Amino acid sequence: MSKGVSVGNKKANLFPFSSWMVVFVLIPIALVVYYAFTGVDGFTFSNLKWVYTYRSTLWLSLELAFISTVICLVLAYPIAYSMSRASARIQRNATLIIMLPMWMNFLVRTYAWMTLLEDTGLINSALRAIFGMDFPGLHLINNHGAIILGMVYNYLPYMILPLYTAMTKIGDSLIEAARDLGASGAQVLGKVIMPMSVPGVISGITMVFIPSISTFIISKILGGGKDFLIGDLIEDYFLGSSGVVNYNIGAALSLVIMVLILIATFIMNHFDKDASTSGGGSVI
Amino acid sequence: MKRKLLSLALILLVVFSLCSCAFSGNASDVSLNVYNWGEYIDLSVLDDFEEQTGIKVNYTTFASNEEMYSKIVSGAASYDVIIPSEYMISKMIDEDLLAELNFDNIPNYQYIGEEYKGLDYDPNNLYSVPYTWGTVVIVYNTEYVDEEDVEDESIELLWNEKYSGKILMFDNPRDSFALAHSKLGNSMNTTDPAAWEAAAEELIRQKPLVQAYVMDQVFDKMISEEAYIAPYYAGDALTMMDENENLAAYVPVEGANRFFDSMCVLKNSRHKDEAEAFINFMCDTEIALRNAEEVCYAIPQIESFELLDEETKEDTMVYPPEEVLEKCEVFVNLPAETLKLQSELWIELKTHYK
Repeated sequence: MSKGVSVGNKKANLFPFSSWMVVFVLIPIALVVYYAFTGVDGFTFSNLKWVYTYRSTLWLSLELAFISTVICLVLAYPIAYSMSRASARIQRNATLIIMLPMWMNFLVRTYAWMTLLEDTGLINSALRAIFGMDFPGLHLINNHGAIILGMVYNYLPYMILPLYTAMTKIGDSLIEAARDLGASGAQVLGKVIMPMSVPGVISGITMVFIPSISTFIISKILGGGKDFLIGDLIEDYFLGSSGVVNYNIGAALSLVIMVLILIATFIMNHFDKDASTSGGGSVI
Repeated sequence: MKRKLLSLALILLVVFSLCSCAFSGNASDVSLNVYNWGEYIDLSVLDDFEEQTGIKVNYTTFASNEEMYSKIVSGAASYDVIIPSEYMISKMIDEDLLAELNFDNIPNYQYIGEEYKGLDYDPNNLYSVPYTWGTVVIVYNTEYVDEEDVEDESIELLWNEKYSGKILMFDNPRDSFALAHSKLGNSMNTTDPAAWEAAAEELIRQKPLVQAYVMDQVFDKMISEEAYIAPYYAGDALTMMDENENLAAYVPVEGANRFFDSMCVLKNSRHKDEAEAFINFMCDTEIALRNAEEVCYAIPQIESFELLDEETKEDTMVYPPEEVLEKCEVFVNLPAETLKLQSELWIELKTHYK
């Protein structure tokens, strides 16, 4: 924040950003809030009772999103770390490879998993060919496991990239210094790398958890359309695919997800602040 | 795979046509927005229409009547010609969304058979021109489904525990509930809440046996033999049977839904004359024949029907005999409170976790 720029100038510079935020963030949120608290007779809280009605759906969505986020974190952490310690050329190529699937449309990527996981799909056919026998119990698709797999696959890059960015900022000299002072490998990981990668962990978790909890197409394609997640429910109320269009219930459910995400973000930011004052942040 | 390529081609076509109209710059160019079911036309017919009339067609597709309806009432897009099913047409007539047609612009209407005119959903023939019709059938794989299980041609096959995990169901409440109603011997247009509750119970009982609830994905899953049993629309069933010779189908003895998909013009269309020209073109004997050969549904155009090959004309799945049709039922538009119940029960099914 340089103090040299005049205030008026700053405002003018912010104009594209603030108008974008107003039109595409604030107004839509205001509309969601408006619909969530209105009904046929005007202002009402009654839409919120549907959140209670659909608590098991909300719970299932939270559960699946939580599991996916944890798996993403566990997978992404070592990948991001080894990337950040590699040579510049390998770092460039690795980033490219991680981004590569994102050049393809999200839907196409998810449909591809269908072809892999089906009973007659590639994985099961390959197993049959290798072992020369059937695996009738091996159903890889149309269950919650497949939904989690779809989320992990689609959102893993959003975990790796922020972690990688945070870890490249940890200088080799810090790790060497820790070593010189007698820290073991585990101690270096626990006392230097982990605390300093917290900002990456926080943004990674946020970027994986939020799309996971609101997904509706992955559950439809890989879950066989059997169990609604909260995103499916919201879609259903907005599109009226079950026969009734109800923006109010849809908006109330959306609002609850937004509040949950806000709370989660708040808690994690708090955590982030603690970590950066007591740990890695002060070193820089 | 072929289906996916086809859908890809369709998307490209739509994108291309959108681009071409964006860049054409010629103000006299009229483009029509046509909204139809997926996999429901011979796409080359659209090129011929553009060539003959100079009217551009932006062709987009939907997967269910409800999806089409919500898109139209939300005002998110403006369409000129739509091709929904009969119960949706009567709902849209009630809500004053459809334009009265000027039949002077549709001379080919003369080819439509008398038995397809003045049907319940549009009793005075003011708003719609029939495009195709058909019934719901049960498709099964003869390789995996035992003969004794299909001998009675019953709906019960969809509830047969022997085929757990290999049964598909419609991913839309109207068609799924219709099957459950027929199974219980009730009318699929019933407004009795108890009958709906009973049907929902049947569907919940069936849920553990169901591999997936699908619409157009049914093609892939049945052709690749990922699933063995699926209820679907007769014309699409034939398309599947063409691609996999192990597939067979029957109209269930308990009765099935008979549907009429008809072409309508929206009230707020700005190109009503051109829209009627399009409807007229679609009723042309040669064009209707080409569409019929592509989509395999039954057609109401008499002369085109006569030109079909003998095998199709005598196929009792496409053109079921009178005694089968008698058992079939046509959907009517359900009253609001029944629709509300249907929606609640469908969500109950989808949120019934094991």
